[in-house]
Amino acid sequence: MSREDEHREASERASGRTPASSDAEVREIRTDGGDDVEIPEVDYVSGSGIPIRGNDIDTDQIIPARFMKVVTFDGLGEFAFFDLRFDDDDNQKDHPMNEERFQGSSVMVVNSNFGCGSSREHAPQALMRWGIDAIIGESFAEIFAGNCLALGIPTVTADSETIQDLQAWVDENPDAEIDIDVEAEEVTYGEQTIDVTVDEAQRKALVDGVWDTTALMKSNAGEVRKKAQELPYVDDAAIPEAE
Amino acid sequence: MSEGTLYDTVWNRHKVTTLPTGQDQLFIGLHLIHEVTSPQAFGMLRERDLEVAFPKLTHATVDHIVPTADQSRPYKEDAAEEMMAELEENVREAGIDFSDPTSGDQGIVHVIGPEQGLTQPGKTIVCGDSHTSTHGAFGALAFGIGTSQIRDVLATGTVAMEKQKVRKIQVDGELGEGVEAKDIILEIIRRLGTEGGVGYVYEYAGEAIENLGMEGRMSICNMSIEGGARAGYVNPDETTYEWLEQTDYFQDNPEKFDELKPYWESIRSDEDAEYDDVVTIDANELEPVVTWGTTPGQGVGVTEPIPAPEELPEEKQDTARRAQEHMRVEPGETMEGYDIDVAFLGSCTNARLPDLRRAAEIIDGRQVDDDVRALVVPGSQRVQHTAEEEGLKDTFEEAGFEWRNAGCSMCLGMNEDQLEGDEASASSSNRNFVGRQGSKDGRTVLMNPQMVAAAAVTGEVTDVRELKEVTTA
Repeated sequence: MSREDEHREASERASGRTPASSDAEVREIRTDGGDDVEIPEVDYVSGSGIPIRGNDIDTDQIIPARFMKVVTFDGLGEFAFFDLRFDDDDNQKDHPMNEERFQGSSVMVVNSNFGCGSSREHAPQALMRWGIDAIIGESFAEIFAGNCLALGIPTVTADSETIQDLQAWVDENPDAEIDIDVEAEEVTYGEQTIDVTVDEAQRKALVDGVWDTTALMKSNAGEVRKKAQELPYVDDAAIPEAE
Repeated sequence: MSEGTLYDTVWNRHKVTTLPTGQDQLFIGLHLIHEVTSPQAFGMLRERDLEVAFPKLTHATVDHIVPTADQSRPYKEDAAEEMMAELEENVREAGIDFSDPTSGDQGIVHVIGPEQGLTQPGKTIVCGDSHTSTHGAFGALAFGIGTSQIRDVLATGTVAMEKQKVRKIQVDGELGEGVEAKDIILEIIRRLGTEGGVGYVYEYAGEAIENLGMEGRMSICNMSIEGGARAGYVNPDETTYEWLEQTDYFQDNPEKFDELKPYWESIRSDEDAEYDDVVTIDANELEPVVTWGTTPGQGVGVTEPIPAPEELPEEKQDTARRAQEHMRVEPGETMEGYDIDVAFLGSCTNARLPDLRRAAEIIDGRQVDDDVRALVVPGSQRVQHTAEEEGLKDTFEEAGFEWRNAGCSMCLGMNEDQLEGDEASASSSNRNFVGRQGSKDGRTVLMNPQMVAAAAVTGEVTDVRELKEVTTA
């Protein structure tokens, strides 16, 4: 059975809304029903690195559309970068994610405009489920970075030369730790510490543990209703009775 | 920071509060949903025991996976049927209107919103789809969101966002024969780059934009995201209002039209608005643009030579080299004469009625090349219906095109319509990424609909202006 067939089976299992998942451990948001959602603070991420080189790596490459015919995100991890990792006969191609030395890596190091194209959250979901906890790059497409934040994955940036040096270092030190201090905007690897940039809102959201915004915004329901009533185009009938 | 622009005004009108992160909580006036990116969000709601806060401000359709040939249920492909069934159940439970294929109103989400008058100036519009920027053509603030944000919008009617900068793109002059809105946006992306718009919202202005119909404005706003800008918009004007007046919403509620017009007028960018950046483009200089590579920014005028990677800025050279290898094109040559196997006329960029009409004019009395598989996939059932009434279907079919039902189809290859092997397609869609049209070895050349029609006829990338000369000679 090919990987794609296996995926189809997995997707069929998922249709029962009780998917079997073989994903890497994902950052769990614990829910106890209602609005009681515990959101972990992400002030510090550390792990070994994996370099994914190239500018303008789009979300169709990160997760090809044919793997999105599913109603859950479970099981997407093994399809991350699928077409760059496997040929038509399922043989492995040269790709860092196929290399033994990068198995277990959790900090991806990328170049510019990473994650451009489609808004599919399946892309960061696939990377997260493969095992990625943080991404360091030259720059990120906006929707992709927003999707990462919604999953608690920092997307931190540094200039081109710094990133290329880090990618080279990761190649030589695949098992060594990279430490990302989100709050201090610093990355430490080997003997050096470099300054990186974390978008202000992202930094606060991660460090304060407010990156899952549903409960936070729901607590303003009264003001939201008021806003709806103020806007001239919102029909009264479209505003539900207050709870 | 910008001041006095439509973006500033609409943002301020919708801002609920500033969140502890520094992001603003924005009220969302219209939430469009489809089958691919929403099921997981509904799942998250169920997990958290939450309900849809504003079902009447939410509207659903099915477009990505819907078959465009045989649409009988259950769909032949199990995964497609499952996604459709899941969407049906979710909208039924929540009480959300659904333009499903039996309604006659189904189509690509960015085609049906404007058709039904759901899309209006001064609304905030989101959808789990990056081409939501399309709706900016009406002076709405519209942008794509991910699934976790869909959950936010479903549960709260709001989204958390940071305000962005505004770049005005002033397009002066007039478009020449064979040159369209699509060429304007491909040129903008070529000049400013695929990441040039990151952190910006684009305001499209100037004579060439004002002279466009709503469909052309939609084609431009649609591809804002291809230039890195999450949203793009055009200030509403009489062209906008004429469109709105004909839509279902305002036909059913004519009093609303007069009631809302002052609001629409009030959100237009001020004459002396301040922008973070201004870029000027001369429409007179444009010719039909075609892509030679694997990003929408890798475009070139149809008579211009494909650039050598080493002529490009250093950070673009590596991508260009790989793209030219994938596409099998040579620097110094033009794209004219590039062999085409498939002609695809469709997508949320260019599958509206005028797009099909212009293409049909080129096709009329000609035949699709023997080696080309050509298909027309109308953007919506309404476009399809009207086109059939006008006889466009007959024109296309007589020329050898397949006439399909509405959907996203071969733009992203999530249904049966896909490139095979290393086929090359002339496509009126928006993305030429490797693998985008369903085959990882497939090659996509983006172009305007008339150019797609010309390529279908000749079997190669062709300057449509030359075909037109033959017709009129």
